[in-house]
Amino acid sequence: MRLNLTVNGEQRETDGVWEGESLLYVLRERLGLPGSKNACEQGECGSCSVYLDGILVCSCLVLAGQAEGSEVVTVEAVSGDSGLHPVQEAFVEAGAVQCGFCTPGFVVATHDLLRRNPEPSEAEVREALAGNLCRCTGYEKILDAVRRAAARGEDAPR
Amino acid sequence: MVELNFARVRPEAVMDLTRVPELREWGTENGRLRVGAGITYTRVIRELGDRLPGLAMASRTVGSPQIRNRGTVGGNLGTASPAGDALPPLYVSDAEVELASVEGTRRVPVAEFVKAPKRTATNPEELISAFLVPEAGGPQQYAKIGPRNAMVIAVCSLGLAVHPERKEVCACIGSAGPTPIRACEAEDFIRGVIEEEGLWESRGELAEAALGRFGELVSEAARPISDVRGTAAYRTHAVGVLARRTLGWAWNEYRGGI
Ligand SMILES: Cc1cc2nc3c(=O)[nH]c(=O)nc-3n(C[C@H](O)[C@H](O)[C@H](O)COP(=O)(O)OP(=O)(O)OC[C@H]3O[C@@H](n4cnc5c(N)ncnc54)[C@H](O)[C@@H]3O)c2cc1C
Ligand code: FES
Ligand code: FES
Repeated sequence: MRLNLTVNGEQRETDGVWEGESLLYVLRERLGLPGSKNACEQGECGSCSVYLDGILVCSCLVLAGQAEGSEVVTVEAVSGDSGLHPVQEAFVEAGAVQCGFCTPGFVVATHDLLRRNPEPSEAEVREALAGNLCRCTGYEKILDAVRRAAARGEDAPR
Repeated sequence: MVELNFARVRPEAVMDLTRVPELREWGTENGRLRVGAGITYTRVIRELGDRLPGLAMASRTVGSPQIRNRGTVGGNLGTASPAGDALPPLYVSDAEVELASVEGTRRVPVAEFVKAPKRTATNPEELISAFLVPEAGGPQQYAKIGPRNAMVIAVCSLGLAVHPERKEVCACIGSAGPTPIRACEAEDFIRGVIEEEGLWESRGELAEAALGRFGELVSEAARPISDVRGTAAYRTHAVGVLARRTLGWAWNEYRGGI
């Protein structure tokens, strides 16, 4: 089937999509956007987090056809022309990245949290990131990065 | 979707219900709420938290923000898992499930809708279009046991609703039986105690012994199995503890006035 959707502000079309394919697969394998990671394909790890019409979702749980005509924003668009987004900078500075596989998902989920709640409490941060797994860092540095990003208070541009 | 990703199913056709705006709407109908099956947990929390506090509490325990943004109460009904977090709150409010087909619509009490694990009263040509539920007339609670604070399937759970308007307390056990189970004897017992002591009017304290007995009766109503998430004995014990605690919390809230 043919799929039309807007990805990171650009109108994209792709042909030959299998009906059972996930949005994650389309992004990575058909549209050349490997930022969103495929780790579990069952909604458990959050590495595939993207915005679908402005809502944070696991792209592995969205059937590609469901994204027809919708607007998808991936981690590739979080950083602007002027370089890294404050959330990304905070991850780098805090040393919240080891193998980096979970990082794109954490960046998008943190971005979503801070736009909803610019000054989250510790409990709110943990709750907001409960759907993102990291096998390397032990989370302390990630929490540290979120605190840094929040302290910076820069309003996250979409 | 998970089943598709893992090549466990290859359906001949799939239907995208997220494109049906009617399924996302909610409103009131003859004094009850009629909520479209396509409402997500995130929206239940945000939009219905004050009207359906028990369902909103249960929704907060589901998965992660990503899952709550996408998962729907209709999908939870359709799944009919004994561990479905939306189910006990619907049971304790005597919700009805609305099924629609080209033949028309019918409404089924939720306890009759859920037949067995993963089996519902839905006919092949029917869709779940909505659920109907009264707004909370009193305090409601939902408690869930799992190894983490998020992203867990319930080991067991309990939904509870205090209904001052009809002078009843309803309790429903989740994930400790083939379907959610209303603890009828416990409900009868506590109604008797409250009535006898005139507590609906006085808003007096519920004795520790009554809370304890209520918990015991809830435990007796459980029909759990042992599996990787927990043993039957643990579940039986734990739902009793949850029942005692949630009733204590809800009754205190009632005493404090609504
Ligand atoms: C990572 C993860 C975590 C989860 N955590 C929880 C949790 O904590 N608690 C919990 O209860 N559940 C949990 N779930 C299960 C699931 O998310 C919920 O059951 C959710 O409510 C399903 O809703 P959905 O809209 O995604 O339904 P779908 O997955 O689209 O559908 C589920 C089933 O219901 C049927 N169905 C859906 N809508 C209708 C309709 N309108 N009419 C007829 N049939 C219909 C479908 O055919 C299918 O059989 C989790 C799932 C994942 C992947
Ligand atoms: S790959 Fe989607 S949540 Fe893990
Ligand atoms: S940095 Fe390796 S999984 Fe998180």
